Amino acid sequence: MQLELKNVSYTYGKGTVFEVNALSNIDLAIEEGQFIGIIGHTGSGKSTLIQHFNALMEPTEGKVLFEGEDIWGEKYDRRALRSKVGLVFQYPEHQLFETDVLTDVAFGPKNQGLSKEEAEARAREALVQVGFPEKFYGHSPFELSGGQKRRVAIAGVLAMNPKVLILDEPTAGLDPKGRDEILDQISYLHDQRGITIILVSHSMEDVARYADRLIVVNDGRIPYDGTPREVFAHYKELEKIGLAAPQITYIMHDLAAKGLPVDVQATTIEEAKKSILEALAGKGAKR
Amino acid sequence: MGIIKAVKLCFDYMKYGEDDSKIEKVRAIDDVTLDIKKGDFIAILGHNGSGKSTLAKHMNALLVPTEGTMWVDEIDTSGEEEIWKIRQKAGMVFQNPDNQIIGTVVEEDVGFGPENIGVPTDEIWSRVDDSLSRVGMLKHRKKSPNRLSGGQKQRVAIAGVIAMRPECIVMDEPTAMLDPTGRKDVLRTVHELNEKLGITVILITHYMEEVIGADHVFVMDSGHIVMQGTPREIFTEVDKLKKYRLDVPQVTELAYELRKSGIDIPAGILTREELVEALV
Amino acid sequence: MRNITIGQYYPADSILHRLDPRVKFLGTLVFIISLFLIKGVAGYVFVTIVLATLVRLSKVPFGMMLKGMKAIIFILIITVIFNMLFTPGEAIFTIWRLTVTREGVAQAFRMAIRLSYLIIGSSIMTLTTTPNQLTDAMENLFSPLKVLKVPVHEISMMMSIALRFIPILMEETDKIMKAQIARGADFESGNLIKRVTNMIPLLVPLFVSAFQRANDLAMAMEARCYHGGEGRTQMKPLRYEKRDYVAYALMLAFAAASVCFCVFGGGWI
Repeated sequence: MQLELKNVSYTYGKGTVFEVNALSNIDLAIEEGQFIGIIGHTGSGKSTLIQHFNALMEPTEGKVLFEGEDIWGEKYDRRALRSKVGLVFQYPEHQLFETDVLTDVAFGPKNQGLSKEEAEARAREALVQVGFPEKFYGHSPFELSGGQKRRVAIAGVLAMNPKVLILDEPTAGLDPKGRDEILDQISYLHDQRGITIILVSHSMEDVARYADRLIVVNDGRIPYDGTPREVFAHYKELEKIGLAAPQITYIMHDLAAKGLPVDVQATTIEEAKKSILEALAGKGAKR
Repeated sequence: MGIIKAVKLCFDYMKYGEDDSKIEKVRAIDDVTLDIKKGDFIAILGHNGSGKSTLAKHMNALLVPTEGTMWVDEIDTSGEEEIWKIRQKAGMVFQNPDNQIIGTVVEEDVGFGPENIGVPTDEIWSRVDDSLSRVGMLKHRKKSPNRLSGGQKQRVAIAGVIAMRPECIVMDEPTAMLDPTGRKDVLRTVHELNEKLGITVILITHYMEEVIGADHVFVMDSGHIVMQGTPREIFTEVDKLKKYRLDVPQVTELAYELRKSGIDIPAGILTREELVEALV
Repeated sequence: MRNITIGQYYPADSILHRLDPRVKFLGTLVFIISLFLIKGVAGYVFVTIVLATLVRLSKVPFGMMLKGMKAIIFILIITVIFNMLFTPGEAIFTIWRLTVTREGVAQAFRMAIRLSYLIIGSSIMTLTTTPNQLTDAMENLFSPLKVLKVPVHEISMMMSIALRFIPILMEETDKIMKAQIARGADFESGNLIKRVTNMIPLLVPLFVSAFQRANDLAMAMEARCYHGGEGRTQMKPLRYEKRDYVAYALMLAFAAASVCFCVFGGGWI
């Protein structure tokens, strides 16, 4: 098992009157190579959860294991861990600071102790992987467009060669095409490099399309954990906790209710299209 | 003439090099002509960098055209003397909720605009009460804005605008930084203001679902208005929208795909009820 | 991070919350001055009673005020140590070359009380007064300076904006710091020079963001018709009520009492 949380709880302001439980007794195991979607409304505890994955936060109770080792063990190298478990925060372009794109992306690898040349080689590789055009490598990151800045920032984490890549709403504020481009790039990384992806998103449509496992966070707990089809089958319960299913799910349920024998668990447009066409053809044949 | 009218509007800005030398002139808005009817709910769609925000800033005289003319309620925005009148008539809500709230207490922020235009104290209070209750934030009036969610902050910003008794509200991607719940709340609030107070709304966005309830939609690309019409007319042209880096709601896309596969359903389906109706 | 005490208003319905901010501002000044005037046990007992009464009247939990103390605990300790060691007088005991004197202990005790009362006193003001009210009060009290071309309105507007953005920037600092730590940045080890250079990945983004915010905010203010103090009305104009005059009277009595303690006080402390 690559990443494991064992009975993890996190309490803000422990021991004061302001005690707030952000996470309660979380048990979670993440296998190498999974594409995981994390959904939950604002304040559900999902940000706290992902910061436990790379030791930015220490659980007040329980254990976090990476490749079987306790990351809060006495001699554990947590800085090294952070390059293995990369975390891209929301609006990551706010962390850019260098005078040119290449140097900024090389910041992570340099911190890992690589030489300037090695670090830059890694940076180039990462920039290619996020689809950033080479002619801008020497530009100041502050002059780029929003979408390009975002790519540079993601490359900055990717250049550390992480085995797990966590992204907190990587598409926030981007236009539809920009959203698709970033998500396709992430999905490509997952397929080509076999990186474990953990994607935090507010878009049910996006997680349904890309993730093979969905984790729902609510009130510091994980009420649902399964494939998108399984999780979205609970769409009524999801609504109660401020979430929803993709629009497609609702359409399929409506159609089924009207007597069209479609697959109600379809969550993407492709699945829905296929199922509706089959159902309509079946109906036609009977006539 | 409508509440907002632009004729052959162009806007250029200069790009500067690192040594402050002028590198090039960039045309952000190119030959835009539009006429917005009072009381309408207008949506302006466009990808990032299409010029839609620049256009929005012209409606509040934050920018003035390089060429062509912009009128707000029949006042030419290039005249210096009526600038405060224009800004009172066309209020503006921006993208980042944190960077537009000035007050350290919700109600004081809502009072900021009326204070600036010299509204008497008693009336400021009644306007603040009224505006806050219209956006559903009355019970948070004494709170610090820092303790509100993004959607709540945007609603405070909207209250701040309607406290100035504007003719129209120009909203520059007000939901881009919000979560789905916040987005829904803000959108519902704006629709209510449009329906109940008859305030003209100009909503700039790239969330396709937010456009469905609009009376008229403009699509912008590289400074031009490239498409316009009702939401249904716009969403019929799925391929064209994708060319402009945009998208359509999932329902519309599914209907479009089914239509392409030879299923006999009407073009430009917007809601799931319509689709279900057409299929069964 | 958003819970820092400075400039952080604590909403409650108390007589102190309702007082005119000018009264509270001047009152705080009088209190601070009197802290350095009074002498003698009786004097200290007197201010303690006054302060305790104010704390009670404010309806703000005492813990909130102690939070402000955390920031100065270091200064407090240094002051105490210096006063204990370097005040000449009758020696109590000597370790190595350092002598603790009776006068030193007394002086240290006095300074500790003054400093902590100063912090508590001023946090009563900031906790019961919104930053906007406070800047209004200052604008009003300093308005005679306008004759001397001092931009009183602009200064007070700047202060109130700063107060609004401090918590936001603090949170942002925290966020950027975490993001850079996730990229392997090290903010803790190394010598002084290394530590300073290590701060660059934190400071540059912070400045960029602060400028961006300033830009946005200026635009938002303009869009809402802000054009300086001219022709501006006030939502919460300052008007003295009966209770404010009573407060002024009490303040005067307090000042007189402090002067008395200064002149007639004394004793061993």
